[in-house]
Amino acid sequence: MSESQKAQKTAEAAEVSNFTISEEELAAAMERERGELEKTWARPTGVWGWLTDTDHKAIALRYIVTAFIFFVLGGLEAALMRIQLARPNNHFLSPDQYNQIFTVHGTTMMFLFAVPIMTALGIYLVPLMIGARDVAFPRVNLFGYYVYLIGGILLYAAFFLNTGPDAGWFAYVPLSSAYSPGKRVDIWAQMITFTELSALAGAVVIIGSVFKMRAPGMSINRLPLFVWAQLITSFMIIFAMPSVMLASGLLASDRLIDTHFFNPAEGGDPILYQHLFWFFGHPEVYIIFIPGLGFISPIIVAFARRKIFGYTAMVLSLISTGFIGFGLWVHHMFATPIPQMGQSFFTAASMVISIPTGVQIFCWIATLWGSRLNLKTPLLFVLGFFWVFVLGGLTGVMLASVPLDLQIHDTFFVVAHLHYVLIGGAVFPLFGAFYYWFPKWTGRLLSERAGRLNFWLMFIGFNLVFFPMHQLGLNGMPRRVYTYLPETGWSTLNLIASIGAFILASGVLVFIINVVWAYRAGMVAGDNPWAAESLEWAVSSPPPNFNFHNIPVVQGRYPLWEGIENAPVVRGLSTTKREALVTSVMDAQPELRFEIPGPSIWPLMVALSAAVMFIVGIFTPWAILTGAILAGIALTCWFFGDPNYENHTARETGKKSPTISPVSRPPELQPKEI
Amino acid sequence: MTSKTNTISRICQCLLALSVSSCGGIQNAVNPAGPQADSLSRLWWLMFTVCSVVFVLVLIAVLLALRNRTSEPPANTPPLLELPPEQQRRRRNAIISAVTVTAVILFVFLIVSYSAGRSLTADLAHKNGLTIDVTGHQWWWEVRYNDADASNIFTTANEIHIPVGVPVLFNLHGADVIHSFWVPNLGGKRDLIPGKNNSAWYQADKPGVFRGQCAEYCGLQHAQMALWIVAEPQDQFNAWRQSQTQTSMTPTTDSQKRGQQVFLSAPCVMCHAINGTPAGSNVGPNLTHIASRNTIAAATLSNTREHLAQWIKDSQSVKPGNKMPQNNLGEADLQALLDYLQSLK
Repeated sequence: MSESQKAQKTAEAAEVSNFTISEEELAAAMERERGELEKTWARPTGVWGWLTDTDHKAIALRYIVTAFIFFVLGGLEAALMRIQLARPNNHFLSPDQYNQIFTVHGTTMMFLFAVPIMTALGIYLVPLMIGARDVAFPRVNLFGYYVYLIGGILLYAAFFLNTGPDAGWFAYVPLSSAYSPGKRVDIWAQMITFTELSALAGAVVIIGSVFKMRAPGMSINRLPLFVWAQLITSFMIIFAMPSVMLASGLLASDRLIDTHFFNPAEGGDPILYQHLFWFFGHPEVYIIFIPGLGFISPIIVAFARRKIFGYTAMVLSLISTGFIGFGLWVHHMFATPIPQMGQSFFTAASMVISIPTGVQIFCWIATLWGSRLNLKTPLLFVLGFFWVFVLGGLTGVMLASVPLDLQIHDTFFVVAHLHYVLIGGAVFPLFGAFYYWFPKWTGRLLSERAGRLNFWLMFIGFNLVFFPMHQLGLNGMPRRVYTYLPETGWSTLNLIASIGAFILASGVLVFIINVVWAYRAGMVAGDNPWAAESLEWAVSSPPPNFNFHNIPVVQGRYPLWEGIENAPVVRGLSTTKREALVTSVMDAQPELRFEIPGPSIWPLMVALSAAVMFIVGIFTPWAILTGAILAGIALTCWFFGDPNYENHTARETGKKSPTISPVSRPPELQPKEI
Repeated sequence: MTSKTNTISRICQCLLALSVSSCGGIQNAVNPAGPQADSLSRLWWLMFTVCSVVFVLVLIAVLLALRNRTSEPPANTPPLLELPPEQQRRRRNAIISAVTVTAVILFVFLIVSYSAGRSLTADLAHKNGLTIDVTGHQWWWEVRYNDADASNIFTTANEIHIPVGVPVLFNLHGADVIHSFWVPNLGGKRDLIPGKNNSAWYQADKPGVFRGQCAEYCGLQHAQMALWIVAEPQDQFNAWRQSQTQTSMTPTTDSQKRGQQVFLSAPCVMCHAINGTPAGSNVGPNLTHIASRNTIAAATLSNTREHLAQWIKDSQSVKPGNKMPQNNLGEADLQALLDYLQSLK
């Protein structure tokens, strides 16, 4: 460094330290900036705006509402099944209707409800928790939503036209190939491709955001546990989803263009399908409930009023669950001819995975231990989780044992187990999360009294439906049967389960009424109704379009409890362009500024082209060609519209990294670790 | 006296099990009738007991953590960012102990489970048992008794007789889609997969009738694809086997003769075989000894004249979607056919 440069530096530093500004001037400047930001980040209006809006909060809320509608539809299907099974030899549904309904129920709950709604909460909350103005790829995000919506509409349009898939949500070959004429399974296979594409888009968006868009100072060891859970889930999606897309793609080509991947008569292998499906299907369980575990930590921390016990152990547990989750898919296939020694490895893996989950449960209990708790609805749902999920986990250990599994596999015992794990691990935390974050989304609190009623109806109803199913399974009742004989002695337990289903459903109804009421007339929440610690509670409820006016420099794991109001903030981001700060992966050191793309119609166009390609492709191969050309055109337009295209490359705009201004901060509050 | 003790011990077992498992039943995994099912049942009770204890302990820990309650809004309690070091250390040790106990329990489960798995098949191959081929069809079971002597081989459907105390090897095949062979009182299930060989060992230690049901979703009538296993003493079994290897009864009465003609001229003959007559198709169940079976339509209906008539005339109303077409037989033809079928002991 030359002498003159040194001199300049010193002069600049002197200027910065002598920089003074009156309170009024500062307030006026901030007000002006805020106005500019509002203009820059304004959301488009009208129908066109609705189609092109890339605001992550708007997209997430649409995801949540859409997924919740699918949840209600899936629940209604479950209710129909419970009516049918309430007594033996019932003729409420025909076998064909029953088979369509249980297939669509499973498919809806797994693909159209559980995965998307977990991603949706991530898309809403992750940017707010990491102090970003938007997600990393807002247009990919919008594309993901449209693809998901089209997939869901496809399934239900087919279902209401009596062309719903009827080969089970797992669609085992050869039942789903040579023995399912018509278009039913084709619809299923293409819907899978669609929703998985959407999940992949969501995963990429979340990983990109978490790795590169965190506020300065939020090094990876300060990442909120919610964000960790979303990050690990996203990685699992990236490794698991291609496997099922391969399975559904090969199945579709077996059906549509007479390939023989799974046809034993032509040297294909039906077991290959099961491996591909469960290589996805088992991690799917973790993809659904790891985000649920991510909801629990912030709720427990906020109500226990203390830091989480064993942050590092929690993170390592989540990561190891993500890894081991890929090593136990064969426990879905113990009844197939796989040698016993080979199966034993999968038994061991299936048992080992309960250790990291156990660690998390112990850490949560240690966090709650000795704290003074206000049992509000979000915490009630978390406590419900302990009961339901632990029970489901223990039956999971039983199912890991090969010989025992041979008895209870494919019986109602498994139906009980999987609902305990998924409703316990995902739905109870999710409802807790709704009660916890609803004020952030709408500015109003949900009713506490209705919340308690909602919880107890769901909790009692749930146990009444699913607990007797353990015994039904041991008593020999297989899954996926549309009826049973009175001599089997399964009538009483089935009737109890059916009654429970209606109690559970009334709990969900109370929730819907609560949401509609609170949205109009709920108590105004304020920015931080729970006095919680993470960054999303630092902004207004609902948050402004740009999330943060001044992105804070994070000082610890619990920013709002560690004096965020006195922390330095990031200055120097444009207020007239949609600019975001890109930081380094590990330490979140500022690297460059990046202009985030705004509203665009092209994501919708690409999604529609894909729809032509895959949906019309069921009926004519020409649609594949047409759709591919349309998608090519739409993608080209999408890329030309990117603000970083041509002279605006990120590297050029990032030559000068943003300054961290000590605006009216005393020197002792300078950033410590960045 | 013994039976009384048995009853008492059984009642105790039921009380112990509370609501988790019922007793009795001919399609019940925790009412074992043979060594395989017995070892699985014992494995179940071990895991059930240990897991119940773990569940209760975790819940007690959660409930104890809820002792201190407050109705103050969260904002009134200042957050606690560091636990006192002594508390921190104690909790860490508690968690490490809990995890260690978990790991030990899992390891025990792994070993017990592996040895239970070995006991399902170990040494049975040397015992010179019986070998039966079972083929799953949509939606019935084809059963073929193998023997070194070809004249002792015969085919039946949906009802399997086995001798008590003899290990039986079932070779499992799938004819169309994947099915799963499962008789819970005797042991675990195994899939019947087209193009793959799979097998299961069952042994019944006491005479009785056990019901099994397809356990892998196989299409429209998956719910009504059941079978019976009849375990009987060796001499009774030998007699049954002897009768099954015979060709069918020759019709004796006029009505039976007319019934046979109806069978051979109506669509029946297109799918069903009756040994000793020109009927030789194996698309549907072999009817050579249909009258000796307890049930029809894959254990959906008991084998009575009324049910047979209903099934022949309009099987779709009983089991919608099954592969048997409607038959528009005249009343006289139908009665003759029933006479004939009921003579096929």
